[in-house]
Amino acid sequence: MANSTTAKVKVDPRDAKLSMAHFFVAFSALALGGLMGLLQTLVRSGKWELPWGIDYYQILTVHGVLMGLVLTTFFIMGFQYAAVSRTTGGHSNAARRTGWIGFWIMLVGTLMAATMVLLKEASVLYTFYAPLKAHWIFYLGLTFVIVGSWIDGAAQIMTYAKWRKNNPGQPSPLLSFMAVINTVMWIIATLGVAATVLFQLLPWSLGLVDTVDVLVSRTLFWYFGHPLVYFWLLPAYMCWYAIIPKIIGGKIFSDSLARLSFILFLLFSIPVGFHHQLTEPGIDPAWKFLQVILTFMVIIPSLMTAFSLFATFERYGRSKGATGLFGWFKVLPWGDARFTVPFIGMASFIPAGAGGIINASNQMDQVVHNTIWVTGHFHLTAATSVVLTFFGISYWLVPHLTGRKLTKAMNKLGIIQAWVWFIGMAFMSGAMHFQGLLGGPRRSAFSTYGGSKQAAEWIPYQIAQAVGGTILFIGIILVIIIFINLAFFAPKGEEEFPVAVAENLEEKAPMVFENWKLWLGIAAALILFAYTIPFIDIIQNAPPGSKGFQTWSKW
Amino acid sequence: MHMHKFEKIWLTFGISALVVFLTVVGVSAFYLGNKPPSCLTTINVDKVDQTKPFDKPGLHKVEGKDWDYELVYVAAAFSYNPLKVEVPVGAKVKVIATTKDVVHGFEVAGTNINMMLEPGYVSEYTTTFDKTGEYLIVCNEYCGAGHHLMSSMIEVVK
Repeated sequence: MANSTTAKVKVDPRDAKLSMAHFFVAFSALALGGLMGLLQTLVRSGKWELPWGIDYYQILTVHGVLMGLVLTTFFIMGFQYAAVSRTTGGHSNAARRTGWIGFWIMLVGTLMAATMVLLKEASVLYTFYAPLKAHWIFYLGLTFVIVGSWIDGAAQIMTYAKWRKNNPGQPSPLLSFMAVINTVMWIIATLGVAATVLFQLLPWSLGLVDTVDVLVSRTLFWYFGHPLVYFWLLPAYMCWYAIIPKIIGGKIFSDSLARLSFILFLLFSIPVGFHHQLTEPGIDPAWKFLQVILTFMVIIPSLMTAFSLFATFERYGRSKGATGLFGWFKVLPWGDARFTVPFIGMASFIPAGAGGIINASNQMDQVVHNTIWVTGHFHLTAATSVVLTFFGISYWLVPHLTGRKLTKAMNKLGIIQAWVWFIGMAFMSGAMHFQGLLGGPRRSAFSTYGGSKQAAEWIPYQIAQAVGGTILFIGIILVIIIFINLAFFAPKGEEEFPVAVAENLEEKAPMVFENWKLWLGIAAALILFAYTIPFIDIIQNAPPGSKGFQTWSKW
Repeated sequence: MHMHKFEKIWLTFGISALVVFLTVVGVSAFYLGNKPPSCLTTINVDKVDQTKPFDKPGLHKVEGKDWDYELVYVAAAFSYNPLKVEVPVGAKVKVIATTKDVVHGFEVAGTNINMMLEPGYVSEYTTTFDKTGEYLIVCNEYCGAGHHLMSSMIEVVK
């Protein structure tokens, strides 16, 4: 056991404090956002109505913003900050200060946006929907969230750059490399949403300009909207590739291929936004198809990931004496929440990914676009694969950072939590998929649509979603209990931050993987290739701009 | 960089399947004409009611075109005009729609008609209604407080 010494390596307590600050925000968002999710499913079942003049689309906005932006961004930045600290030997004072500045800017921005949503000044959902015009403070708040995340991410990049300078000719630690890839992808992607907010929505909501170009705004948003989901996914992949092998007692199948798959995600996650706009009237079908092809390129690193993970599991199982084609499956450490919880997430990614292929295909998208099928899809990807992995990470990372231990009781509760989540999601996401195939729309309050027969067929599925949503809310209560226990009450001790090593240590990762000029150059070239001509077309052929509308209900 | 033999086989199989899949999607789109709605026609959003064909919403028989009827819709928060139409079964219909205000959806449940209506753009889709029955049109893109009340009905009749 060559790793028993490295296993004791701790994240510097000063870095731990910043990571934990992120997690407090993330789990608060989860608790509140989860409650909103429960209320939505109850409203849509048709059996219950919101009290006190609270509006369905207001809580929908809260749910989307808290879960899609706040929970994810804060958790990811906190996790990656800790992972870089753990694998490089700690952040410098300058990097730490940068991280704190980023954290506070993000938090202030979040509170600004949240206030406007609560005042019913911004029921525009987190996808904005110009020409719906929210209060300018909402847009400014979101700008702060994005700029804050850049500064927060810069802390990771600073520490990575310092490590590279001190270790010339050496491949960087795998987890740090992966964290930096994800941060860089996030920065490139958020340029799009920053552009629409700063140059279009903010001046328009302040009254400096009268109209907004809707298609330009949507195109900039979706330039960001798809890489956003990979920004959620890659930290889960970090755990699957570089942490899970250590937890089960195995090795990383191949360090180099793990790096290669992350580079492919960096290149192919961004120039693909049109597949969210396939049914929009103003974009040329040839360019839509080109971006569909680029979208499908991420299948290659996904296949690589699936192969390595199961290769790691099988090799570990066989090393324990498992025989037969699937004997290795039984000897995996199913009693360990750090493994089982992310594993359930991993397994959910198989149907989730298949659904994604349907959504991004030119013609099949037309059947499911904006139906509740899509909501079912991303509740499998983001709200199961990603979130269960995040829960699994927090079960060892939170006690590691707070100097406590994951007790047997909490470990067991963690596994129960994951199964509760899985069952709740099977009901909710399953019913959403079926209802979507029948045409049921997403982002809609309960409606009988004037007594339509088709709409009547949707209602049983909506009731199933409320059942699933209720079970999921129990799952949220459980995870909050575990988080609070691990943060404040679990016994003092040392919990390991597991970092796996590669099977083949002689084989060094090729240094070309750290050639950022090359990868950023290719990423930029692909983006320019996929977007330049259609974007110029959109601007040149633009109709007169739209004035703002506030069609949602106000207090 | 070393790659395991099985992984090479796995990736070769996977990438080949991907190429076949994309070819099928591409041929279907560009050879068989199953492209997603991309009309690329613009309109002044403030003058929709005065602009042809939106000055006369509803079903119109047309001659000398590849389709038999044009079905014209004008959407505005929170309704479609017309609210109900009857379409003869088997008719090839070009659905033409636009919005007078915010972004709306235009989805005919149980069919492949599903398109975004964006201010300033015309959305079109041509299809044949080959089964009788009631087809609900729903707005599937969030448009405000009455989003879930926005609907219309197509009745396909003998």
